[in-house]
Amino acid sequence: MTEGTQTPGTDAEALSAEPLVEITLRVNDVLHTAAAPTRRLLSDFLRHELRLTGTHVGCEHGVCGACTVLFDGAPIRSCLMFAVSAQDHAITTVEGLAMNAVQQAFIECHGLQCGFCTPGFLTTITAYLQENPAPTEAEAREAISGNLCRCTGYQNIVRSVLRAAEIQVLRAAEIQVLRGAEIARGGDG
Amino acid sequence: MTTAMFGAPVQRKEDPRLVSGNGRYLDDLGQGALAAAFVRSPYAHARVLEIDVTGAVDITGVIAIYTHEDLDGKTAERLPLLIPHPSLTNPMTGYCLVRDVVKHVGEAVVMVVATDRYVAEDACERVKVDYEQLPVVVGLERSRAAEVLVHPEAPGNVAAHMVQEVGDATAAIAAAPHRLSLSLRIERSASMPIEGRGVYARWDSDEQSIRLYTSTQTSTGVRAAVAAKLGMPLASIECIAPDVGGGFGVKVMHPWPEEVLIPWAARRLDGEVKWVEDRREHFISSAHERAQLQEVEVGFDDAGRVLGLSVRFWHDNGAYTPYGIIVPLITSTQLLGPYKPGAYRCEFFSMYTNTVMVTPYRGAGRPQGVYAMERTMDAVAAYLGLDRTDVRSANFIQVEDMPYDHGLLFQDGRPLIYDSGDFPASLAKLKALVGWDDFASFRAAAEAEGRRVGLGIGCYVEGTGVGPYEGGHIQVETSGRVNVSTGLTSQGQGHQTVFAQIVADELGVAIDDVFVTTGDTRRFPYAVGTFASRAAVMSGNAIALAARKVRDKALRIAGDALEADPADLEIVEGVVRVKGDPESSIALSTVAVLSNPLRYAFDESATVATQFVGRGNSLLSDYSKPPVAEGEEPGLEGRDYYSPPRATFANGMHAAVVETDPQTAEITILRYCVVHDCGRMINPMIVEGQVHGGVAQGVGGALYERMVYDDAGQLLNASFMDFLMPYASEVPHIETDHLETASPLNPLGIKGAGEAGCIPVSAVIASAIEDAEGFPITSMPISPDELWDLRRRHAEGLIPGLRRGS
Repeated sequence: MTEGTQTPGTDAEALSAEPLVEITLRVNDVLHTAAAPTRRLLSDFLRHELRLTGTHVGCEHGVCGACTVLFDGAPIRSCLMFAVSAQDHAITTVEGLAMNAVQQAFIECHGLQCGFCTPGFLTTITAYLQENPAPTEAEAREAISGNLCRCTGYQNIVRSVLRAAEIQVLRAAEIQVLRGAEIARGGDG
Repeated sequence: MTTAMFGAPVQRKEDPRLVSGNGRYLDDLGQGALAAAFVRSPYAHARVLEIDVTGAVDITGVIAIYTHEDLDGKTAERLPLLIPHPSLTNPMTGYCLVRDVVKHVGEAVVMVVATDRYVAEDACERVKVDYEQLPVVVGLERSRAAEVLVHPEAPGNVAAHMVQEVGDATAAIAAAPHRLSLSLRIERSASMPIEGRGVYARWDSDEQSIRLYTSTQTSTGVRAAVAAKLGMPLASIECIAPDVGGGFGVKVMHPWPEEVLIPWAARRLDGEVKWVEDRREHFISSAHERAQLQEVEVGFDDAGRVLGLSVRFWHDNGAYTPYGIIVPLITSTQLLGPYKPGAYRCEFFSMYTNTVMVTPYRGAGRPQGVYAMERTMDAVAAYLGLDRTDVRSANFIQVEDMPYDHGLLFQDGRPLIYDSGDFPASLAKLKALVGWDDFASFRAAAEAEGRRVGLGIGCYVEGTGVGPYEGGHIQVETSGRVNVSTGLTSQGQGHQTVFAQIVADELGVAIDDVFVTTGDTRRFPYAVGTFASRAAVMSGNAIALAARKVRDKALRIAGDALEADPADLEIVEGVVRVKGDPESSIALSTVAVLSNPLRYAFDESATVATQFVGRGNSLLSDYSKPPVAEGEEPGLEGRDYYSPPRATFANGMHAAVVETDPQTAEITILRYCVVHDCGRMINPMIVEGQVHGGVAQGVGGALYERMVYDDAGQLLNASFMDFLMPYASEVPHIETDHLETASPLNPLGIKGAGEAGCIPVSAVIASAIEDAEGFPITSMPISPDELWDLRRRHAEGLIPGLRRGS
């Protein structure tokens, strides 16, 4: 047995023999800077340095997709990238989706059960619908076929993709109506 | 009247939080905690000769390194045998850290605690362990041969041997007009939640207490086990299951070594320690399920009626048996499904191997039992040239036979008595849903295009809602907020929603005012756990009973306040009112105020319950009575328990249409149909979700997932790269229909739904492939190359063909 007297959380630099680097990321449109070893995975950096724990880690070998975040708008596996490699890039995590159409659709369609894989699906689908805002059911299924879910059997996630596309259209129409009303009011003045 | 919540597809209360990244799973907690990592055995069977930690101790950030020698008291002893059984004559459990001999790859040998998980893993790599390798037992054949023993204490590698018999099956088979024998095999899979296990413990040195968070399916079970191991009063340990990222059975096993070691280390180091399992650890050091070899003898008449059935099977329980013989016991009893064989004998051997132990995974032995029975039904139909559904119908237990007593003992130690179910009706629905009678023309059309298709079927009955009990507590706050707690845990089943639906209806309040807490021993310390499709049945009914108590109490208090007979009152949307005179009313929140006579007003609403102002209040102005009436307690709250005499039995029937590629033998599921009867549904949206998820796991087990061990006991596919869990591209669209045969056993008439989806899938897919190919499928899962090889052997005359009845 060996027991030491080091205490955690006092001075990371003093405890770690590893050199730390300052890493600055734009996460959810906010600049964050934190010190971490160069080997710190982006997933761990987001979760533990920035305390954005919505991004989950399911396999740490890039297969399950739970840790998917948007990297300059494109979905990537944050467990396969070092945080330092993301220096100065823009990251969107589930916390930054701001109850978008995909999140709303997941609630309406029972697209999640335990919710652990969900953030990876939400980010993936958010990016996908920008590429293809009106997918067919087969396309929706294909779009989510890189992420693992052990709870839902995917059927309600497929429905959620289709529903999210509908909600996007509805929301866009609502914005049009609101803008129209604003212009009309402006005309009165 | 308030809109009924029970039975409505209510959106889940948990979802806004979970879709926003605001869930709190185990690794989201304890951000400042020390991190633990483990040195695990690279060998399946080896003696630990020496452990050298000198290369690891000087790494900056390493706090402590522990081996078995460091463990004290009961932590140094073997882990508990959770479910003893008289047939389990040679039970074996492991240690928190290996003492002398490792029994499977992945057993924890050394625990490192460091300031950071990366550092802890660095240190693990520098710990040197010398092993003397010992001969290894992998696979049931080698276990049965017993040339090598996994445990010297278990002769023949047999952990348990059990026989149950009703009637004289051997004689019935011998006397039957027709007889068949089948040899069947089913392989290992695993629960494989996307969140692995994890434990986080905080030692409070001021209070000498532990707060323990663990990703578990039973927080009360873990709490009791940790208290026993650490020699602490139960009162000094709180155990909480936070958001849990899937369980599927593996997390009901407890205490895991880590669940003992992490709080032990936290106490010893006077701080906080956390361990989060990585994916490889989950593969090699948690639990698997399913592997069995089965031999079936069946005797039947010209109509396919089973007159005698004798099943012998060998169950691979891996290296240890902490969960007893629950899995093979369920196989042996639930094998019977919706059928009544004339005589039944079942004998099983639970066998040790040098592999990860076997504990329940969704279905818990039922998929294997259903596989054995349904393969038999198909074999009987093929032998007689009958339609496979006709053979099943000939054997069904009829509605008028209910309750039906099989004369066996079930997994809860109680008689196997089906309470209800309408199997002929379920089959009729399934045949209509899949278009059973039209399949011949579909096949003909497909064959004309050079395609090969098959139709499969599988039926099951599932004992759900096993005891011993669950409880519920409901408290109405003076704000009108309704707090509900139950001790069992949640892993995605939507308990915060379905239990709130029940309370909203029973109590007459808005669902938005109901807040449910599960799996927190601070809130409800008496519970069993979430497994065996029991949560809705057990806690749902307990919570309903508690709500009825609270309602009765609210009506008593409101009756006094309104000077009305409680029998004339109703509660609608949080207001107690006189039936037919809605003006005469009092808010439930005010009733909550009145329920607790006060000296001190904490806000304006509370003044009506204080001792001077309250005199205007009829409840408090009668000086002949104490402020809290005899037999009453302060507070608008109630607690009750539900403890059923026995399990309630859900059932279902699945059918699938598959296509097998004539060249490549690739197997594609074209359609998958489910008819499901779980009694009254609290929330059909959630029930459907459970069915979908179960079928997907079943499809994985039927076509893709297996644990590939080599002869040395190395798990060769211990990653998501190599263990083929289905993606959306592999799971078919699932068509569902429901029957709601209410359970007569519980107040809400419900049955469990959690496991159902996965139970018959291997049987259904085997049935469909067999139907497509025209020769028997006797080993599952099946891959395209295995099917291709079967075709070759069939063509060479090594495998006989089938007569096709339908």
